[in-house]
Amino acid sequence: MARLQLRNLEKDYGSFRAVHGINLDVEDGEFMVLVGPSGCAKSTTLRMIAGLERVTGGEIRIGGELVNDKTPGDRGISMVFQNYALYPHMKVRKNLSFSMRLKRRPAVEIEQATNHVSGLLEIDPLLDRLPKQLSGGQAQRVAVGRALIKKPQVFLFDEPLSNLDAKLRASMRVRITDLHKRLKADGQQATVIYVTHDQTEAMTMGDRICVMRDGHIMQVADPVTLYSRPANTFVAGFIGSPEMNFLDGTFEGENSVRAAEQVIMLGDEFTKRISGRSEHVTLGIRPQHLRIVAAETPGTIKGKLTHIEFMGHEVYLYVDIGPKRLIAVVPSASYDRGALRDDWVRLSPDPKGVHLFDRQSGENISLAI
Amino acid sequence: MTDHILSQNTPAARDIDIVRSREARRHRFNAALRYALLTAVGLLMLYPLIWLIGASFKTNSEIFANPGFWPEHPTLDGYIKGWKTSTPYSFGTFFINTLWIVIPKVIGTAISCTAVAYGFARFEFPGKKILFAALIATLLLPNVVTRIPQYLIFRDLGWLDSYLPLWVPSALAGDAFFVFMLVQFLRAIPRDMEEAARVDGATTWQTLIFIVVPLLMPALISVCLFQFMWTMNDFLGPLIYISSVDKYPISLALKLSIDTTEAFEWNRVLAMSVLSLAPALAVFFLAQKYFIDGISSGGIKG
Repeated sequence: MARLQLRNLEKDYGSFRAVHGINLDVEDGEFMVLVGPSGCAKSTTLRMIAGLERVTGGEIRIGGELVNDKTPGDRGISMVFQNYALYPHMKVRKNLSFSMRLKRRPAVEIEQATNHVSGLLEIDPLLDRLPKQLSGGQAQRVAVGRALIKKPQVFLFDEPLSNLDAKLRASMRVRITDLHKRLKADGQQATVIYVTHDQTEAMTMGDRICVMRDGHIMQVADPVTLYSRPANTFVAGFIGSPEMNFLDGTFEGENSVRAAEQVIMLGDEFTKRISGRSEHVTLGIRPQHLRIVAAETPGTIKGKLTHIEFMGHEVYLYVDIGPKRLIAVVPSASYDRGALRDDWVRLSPDPKGVHLFDRQSGENISLAI
Repeated sequence: MTDHILSQNTPAARDIDIVRSREARRHRFNAALRYALLTAVGLLMLYPLIWLIGASFKTNSEIFANPGFWPEHPTLDGYIKGWKTSTPYSFGTFFINTLWIVIPKVIGTAISCTAVAYGFARFEFPGKKILFAALIATLLLPNVVTRIPQYLIFRDLGWLDSYLPLWVPSALAGDAFFVFMLVQFLRAIPRDMEEAARVDGATTWQTLIFIVVPLLMPALISVCLFQFMWTMNDFLGPLIYISSVDKYPISLALKLSIDTTEAFEWNRVLAMSVLSLAPALAVFFLAQKYFIDGISSGGIKG
């Protein structure tokens, strides 16, 4: 019963429209990640769901119930903040039980709930410490515990890991997804809305991901779909590292694209995927889908190898074709050092990994099958 | 052993040692000079107070005969007779009167200024800018200007010769300076904690009491201390509004002993002055840590 629905949700700051009527359905028990560059209104959206930000237009429903005018405390949500926002004058124990004490729950119940949550998050030894005596990771766990103790219908996370160092972030990532699974297994409502600007977090944690930009939703999909079938150039460029290569070109004939004064052959399989007929297109190829082929293979991309970066298990090759620079990522094992810096090389795109976008609208037109 | 090491030293190393010891000596000398100067100036500043304490143990005639601060024939006469006063009331009555003015005033100030500052710092409401500007404007308005209109209002309300004119303005956040101080302090505190409290289900008042007030404590202690000391020292307010001797606070009572006796008994006045200093000093030293925190930091990290 903890389904979250956003209907034409809008937010204006004076004359500036931050959120442009977005629609989003998050199913019961789903882990939904809102991701996007800074200023894309993902945090504003989250704060509207929490009730910390007034809604300009549209509806927010939690468990089918309209909550637009409810106070944050009555919405059945709990939230974890970016900088933990622990109450600095209360010991961890009091921090955890604050919401229950406000509701005047019996002392025994509070004690039990505190012990249960602190056991779950392994923060029992910290119960009698003040927040300033905690490390970043510990403080974040206490913040999660404070959210957990309320047994909310929906958990809201606002960039909870961005203040932690890389190593801790990786372990907290696993911890949070584990916790989500455990709560679900226990039959507790565990719908999660998780805001982040970090695509790794989004890809690894989310059941589904909602990519946002300038107050619009660009695509909502599971991580695999988002990576393999991006709906537009923005999503294609935002998800994946290194970033997807884009080449502006024109659609020529049945299965070739002319870009950077070269004709790139894409094969019949690819042609079947094309829907619509745009002449001006943008070719999108992930670096992982480019490989070096023998010289003078027709229909491949010719360019000059300008940099080689050895990353251990793979090699990054920077290839200039005219004014454009492409990045190819090849496994170290398959890179035989046949091509060296300043050599002319030919790159062949794997047709399965190639996307074609309408240059005007940015929409992906190669998703027919 | 030492010789052995020294003999191994190169001339350059020895030079370095010499320079270093010279530096250390100069450093010590500088420090001594600095402390001597600070002590001298400190004593100079404190001398009137020291003299006051010394003189309170002198006889009335010795005060004028002996300019030093050390009494030749120390006596408690000033304290004993001063405590009795020339009125039907002992000095204890005046002490109690003072506390009876100060304590409600301090409590009223703390509560009202916190509520008003919270409103200004955290809420958007129509006319907020104009109201805040008005608040700041009253800071700049000289007190003297409002004395007569205020007196007339309190007279019409029938509050003369009661403590109400001293209590009520403060209990309604009439001290703009304190409101301003708390607003500035609050602005430096991140809102996240309050938002977390709201998500936890706290109402606005619960957030204020359980979250904001504890965070505001250093500033609040400063406010209370300032109000305590200023009210203890306030002479003009009670002088204007209080006319019965049995309601006089210390500040007026001290003046009283100068007025009513034919020959001024300075040793009694001085002895009672020393006593009246004691509460303010005691409170200041007890809360010194917070006081300095409150006025110097102006804000804390989350």
